[in-house]
Amino acid sequence: MPEERRKMIHFRKLYSFACFHSKYEHSHSQIGQKGYSRVVYCNDPYHSEAVELNYRGNYVSTTKYSAANFIPKSLFEQFRRVANIYFLVVACVSFSPLAPFSFLSILAPLIVVIGATMAKEGVEDWRRRKQDIEENNRKVKVYGSNYMFHETNWKELRVGDIVKVRKDEYFPADLVLLSSSHEDGVCYVETMNLDGETNLKLKHALEVTSHLHDENSFKKFTAVIKCEDPNEKLYSFVGNLSCDGKEYPLSIQQLLLRGSKLKNTEYVFGVVIFAGHDTKVVQNATDPPSKRSKIEKKMDKIVYILFSTLVLIAFVGSLFFGIETKKDFSDGNLRRWYLHPDDTTVFYDPKRPSLSAFLHFLTALMLYGYLIPISLYVSIEIVKVLQSSFINQDRHMYDEETDKPAHARTSNLNEELGQVDTILSDKTGTLTCNSMEFVKCSIAGTAYGRGMTEVERSLARRRGDPLPETGHDVQGHEGEKSVRGFNFRDERIMHGQWFNEPHWDIIQKFFRVLAICHTVIPDKNEESGEIMYRAESPDEAAFVIAAKEIGFEFFRVTQTSISLRELDYEIGEKVVRKYKRLHVLEFSSSRKRMSVIVRNAENQLFLLCKGADSVMFQRLSKNGRQFETQTKDHIKKYAEAGLRTMIIAYRELGEEEYKSWDVEFSKAKTSVTTEHDVSVDELADKIERDLILLGATAVEDKLQKGVPECIDKLSQARIKLWVLTGDKMETAINIGYACSLLREDMKQIVITLDSPDIDALEKQGDKEAIAKASFESIKKQIREGMSQIKSAKENDVKFGLIIDGKSLDFSLKKDIDNSFFELAINCASVICCRSSPKQKALVTRLLKGETGKTTLAIGDGANDVSMLQEADIGVGISGVEGMQAVMASDFSIAQFRFLERLLLVHGHWCYRRIAMMDVSAQLCVKYPFLYLEGVENILFGWSCILGWMFNGFLTSIIIFFWTTKSMIKQAFQRDGQVVDYEVLGVTMYTCVVWAVNCQMAISINYFTWIQHFFVWGSVALWYTFLVIYGYLPPEMSTTAYRVFVEACAPSVLYWLITLLVVICTLLPNFTFRAFQTQFRPMYHDMIQINEFEGVETDELPRRVRKKLHLMERLMQRNS
Amino acid sequence: MDNGSASTVERSDPPTRKPLWRSQAINKFTQQNLPACKPVLTPTWVILTFLLIGTIFIPIGLVSLHASRSVVEIVDRYDIDCVPEQFKSNKLGYIKDSSYPKNCSRTLKVNRHMKAPIYIYYQLDNYYQNHRRYVKSRSNQQLLHGLGSNKTSLCKPEQSNNGLPIVPCGLVAWSLFNDTYKFIRGKSELNVNRKNIAWKSDRDHKFGKHVYPFNFQNGTLIGGGKLNSSVPLSDQEDLIVWMRTAALPSFRKLYGRIEENLHANDVIVVNLMNNYNTYSFGGKKKLVLSTSSWLGGKNDFPGFAYIFVGSYCIVIAIVFMLLHVKNSRNTHVGYN
Repeated sequence: MPEERRKMIHFRKLYSFACFHSKYEHSHSQIGQKGYSRVVYCNDPYHSEAVELNYRGNYVSTTKYSAANFIPKSLFEQFRRVANIYFLVVACVSFSPLAPFSFLSILAPLIVVIGATMAKEGVEDWRRRKQDIEENNRKVKVYGSNYMFHETNWKELRVGDIVKVRKDEYFPADLVLLSSSHEDGVCYVETMNLDGETNLKLKHALEVTSHLHDENSFKKFTAVIKCEDPNEKLYSFVGNLSCDGKEYPLSIQQLLLRGSKLKNTEYVFGVVIFAGHDTKVVQNATDPPSKRSKIEKKMDKIVYILFSTLVLIAFVGSLFFGIETKKDFSDGNLRRWYLHPDDTTVFYDPKRPSLSAFLHFLTALMLYGYLIPISLYVSIEIVKVLQSSFINQDRHMYDEETDKPAHARTSNLNEELGQVDTILSDKTGTLTCNSMEFVKCSIAGTAYGRGMTEVERSLARRRGDPLPETGHDVQGHEGEKSVRGFNFRDERIMHGQWFNEPHWDIIQKFFRVLAICHTVIPDKNEESGEIMYRAESPDEAAFVIAAKEIGFEFFRVTQTSISLRELDYEIGEKVVRKYKRLHVLEFSSSRKRMSVIVRNAENQLFLLCKGADSVMFQRLSKNGRQFETQTKDHIKKYAEAGLRTMIIAYRELGEEEYKSWDVEFSKAKTSVTTEHDVSVDELADKIERDLILLGATAVEDKLQKGVPECIDKLSQARIKLWVLTGDKMETAINIGYACSLLREDMKQIVITLDSPDIDALEKQGDKEAIAKASFESIKKQIREGMSQIKSAKENDVKFGLIIDGKSLDFSLKKDIDNSFFELAINCASVICCRSSPKQKALVTRLLKGETGKTTLAIGDGANDVSMLQEADIGVGISGVEGMQAVMASDFSIAQFRFLERLLLVHGHWCYRRIAMMDVSAQLCVKYPFLYLEGVENILFGWSCILGWMFNGFLTSIIIFFWTTKSMIKQAFQRDGQVVDYEVLGVTMYTCVVWAVNCQMAISINYFTWIQHFFVWGSVALWYTFLVIYGYLPPEMSTTAYRVFVEACAPSVLYWLITLLVVICTLLPNFTFRAFQTQFRPMYHDMIQINEFEGVETDELPRRVRKKLHLMERLMQRNS
Repeated sequence: MDNGSASTVERSDPPTRKPLWRSQAINKFTQQNLPACKPVLTPTWVILTFLLIGTIFIPIGLVSLHASRSVVEIVDRYDIDCVPEQFKSNKLGYIKDSSYPKNCSRTLKVNRHMKAPIYIYYQLDNYYQNHRRYVKSRSNQQLLHGLGSNKTSLCKPEQSNNGLPIVPCGLVAWSLFNDTYKFIRGKSELNVNRKNIAWKSDRDHKFGKHVYPFNFQNGTLIGGGKLNSSVPLSDQEDLIVWMRTAALPSFRKLYGRIEENLHANDVIVVNLMNNYNTYSFGGKKKLVLSTSSWLGGKNDFPGFAYIFVGSYCIVIAIVFMLLHVKNSRNTHVGYN
């Protein structure tokens, strides 16, 4: 074991300076005060004071309800819906004699509705509970009183426990790292579930505890940790550890968070400081905001309207009831004597007419309660559940690679999918795969690499050039397997051929730099012998892989050395070359470069450097600029092709020069002054000079499958796409081109604060002046952008807006955001780069508020969670990264490209849910503009709603008056029988059943057997019911006893009236629809007619084009 | 219904490789890929539909109208004329006082030949048999099972009298219509058949064969007609007809049948007893004699409505056709 441990590397010394200073922050002085009061007795969870403090255990519950509170709490939730309250009140009153019909017929639907919804809630909560139980019962090794580590459940952990976590295990709680299998107490942590980053993070223990390695050493270990109270900040931690009478500061560097995973380290020991609900990840979990779709909100408004109508009707009715009732008994005269007004109950009392009228009002409220469509809620719920299951089971949205189908996590928002106006998308992991591929390079002024990038391909496609087969296969030799991260094909330098190139020495140096200048850790798979590379950024991994593929295999790194395996052409076999790694000058966003200083076997000293072109070219020496012009040329081409570029250079150091620099640098590194970073940077700057240019690399940020096509389709559906990314502006623009968000024919409006005068101000450090200048600058840029757009309006030029995070900060300020959004809305695509998660959410909120249109946010990482929750619809990518985004989302899909189907097909269908479908999936995708019906909210607009209400009103008028007019008084059969209220009721209701179902049939554009079954089945059911119910004994069926068989069915008049009234109720709507389809068609009408006539062209129907054109002009005029 | 449907049949996707979705039928459902018929409102179909409705409706309308017109109906309002001159200002006093004679004689002239059977109705206007209190005030249990039933609470205040239950209880029965009519043609009295005027199901299943009126109309306030307490309820057809309540405040109820033909210009003298009080609430009483056709009684409304809807459809079809022709010509011009 100790032997094995020694083999591990002491990375601390290697990771030279950037992150390794646990400096005393000023907040350390606050420990013990308010907000920093937690005291943890390490290794002694049963310490008397610890017991007194009684911190929460490690049991985590994410359920909404418990067994005890389920009934009251979920009932309460249910009755927040207005209609349900109404029905509850009605149900209560229904037990009194006020009720116009039996309480069962009122209570039953309410119970069904509420029961169904509660059952749904219950099932969802049960699933959450099952998840909780699984998580709480995971096993971990904890140090017990018998001085041994024994296994226990996560939920039994207590604050102060010492636990041992093994490789690839999750941390059970927030731990302070004590020691690890690496001798110097470092460990690697994957925080994918927390922040969505795939790279490994380095944590390290305090030196004072890093010696604790076995059970014995813990026997005597006691310490007290004082730290901040539980909070949700993932990136800061303040505390100190007192051990042996001394205090040591603790920072985020020692904190292992629950939800993250141990990697590349055999085991670690840690002490629990926050458990259960106190852990940062749980503190971060906000209750998902309950989102309601616009249609649902509108439904509420409709219910209010209906309710007012109901009250009005009931009021008028009871008013007249009161008047009439009062007249029935005056001066001892009985008017309507047959009602016995002299001896009555309170419900009909001529002496107290107002009270009777009031009670009648209540009765009327119940009687006309059918105006409030309780069954609508039920049927909508059912339809939504069905729609969700359709989404879940759609084979076209199933990803075979990850075995993940699409998943509708809430059913509330289905129809909202059909109304999306703007999509806000994350970049990494959503549009791109977050895997970098080495595709091209330029060495010594020669461009290598024949692969074609996605951008080049899409450009070629747009130009109509013939496409070569996908880059992977075309030059690939037989049987050659593709390597992840490497998509480079060039026979000139592959398979050892580089040796025959004219500048073979430069090529050799180039790839050596790639193989040496990095901070990658090789991870050898014991079984297969293959080497995996663990890198902080995928770029670096791509470089190392590329070097390996060309023949410079980096295979081992130790504390001080780096070893390569390369082909020696003089001997003709592979040899191991070992380099002493003396210093690593790390990458930072301000330096934009990294270097290593190494000594090779021949005792030469080299500084190897790679960095961004903006900083590298100025650092070249005079004689190192031999290939500068060609390289610059190549870089430009690469950038246009959407690739990320890096300049590779080196320099040989003199022994003397290095020595003097080394002394200075070491001194600067160890100093603990505030100028530490600055002086280190300055020294690094001093030695990274006079470089010799070797070449440049080009790495492709791989787009996910089908992204450009999907974006293209979405833009045809007039859905706007905004990309909100944390990336640099250059990268973001590259990706913009790659996924056809930006095109050559578009004008770019760039808003940035990277101008010389602002830089100059920043150097002076006057914060107020900077803010003021920035503000003015942004204002000016926005104004200029607007005027550009205005002037270009006639020429049909499209604009792309690119804005960086800092500018965004200012743009979102109160007095400016109006004009910013005006600008943004006028641009075809918007890219916000360098934006923080908070900004993403802010942009989403402002956009939602500003336009009032439906927004959809899509993302995959934890950094997108707030955006997903803020948007009307949150879509999580359930791809490789953590589950945080998915958990916060409303829908999850495996790949971005499925968004097309989710919106254009399911969104469309869900929105038109009455019809279930109007046009087939193929047509939805073929004609994306069909989607506009949803965005414009044609089908659920107020005019449409009022139109249907009017139609309903008309229908009921026709049914009532025509039926009574036709039947009342005269005999309705040959045998002279007249109509009583049973027969009239049955006739009217027959008409209602027919009218409703036929109206539905007219509105359906798409009949499958299901529609036929339900529409005609309902009608058939009515007659069946009449017959069966009529044959029940008269005590049960009362007035319906044999009314159909005996009275209605034999009457010709009954059937004639049914036909007359039903046709008559349908005519207004049918006439309207016919004229509309013919003379003012909606999009789906046109498509259908087109299909029907068998016109099979890709070209839009003429009318559609005309309409779209009109609309565009209208929109321009509006803006 | 028929909304001018033309259909195209939707092709489904090629069968799936996944074994997960086993059954083809379920698969087609979950993938929303069922074969479908998509009715399209093309101009031809719209025009044809309207024309079809028109050509069906107008003949139906004409036939119904003819049926209605073939019915002969005599209506005579008698409630005012049957009050003696001296009581014209105090009709209520007259009707309430049982000591005044209530008999009254009306003369009806037959204008057209009336073929037997001729139905006799009495018609009441402004009489709210559909009042909530009224409709509920009965006990179906008691009507079928008699005194044994005690579910009579809804019958109040006509539930019991002097501590004894009333059969049949409730306001409906209590307010039984009790005018009577005798018809004399020439010298002979016309035979009025008063059997089988109620629905058979009512007689057989709703009114008990062994239930006899009890303690009926014995209260202080006399409502309407009295019942022969030796006749079971199932044979009291007047009561059964009355208790089949009307839907609207103006209604007719069957009184009986004259089973001889009446000829044109026959004069019928009606001797009636004007017992029933409609004066307090301003109701009207009418006597109606009517023949019947296959469509029932006399009512022109359904016929006219059919003709109206039919002509509407024809007109719309023509308008639509004209507009369509005009429109498509415009489009062609636009193309060129």
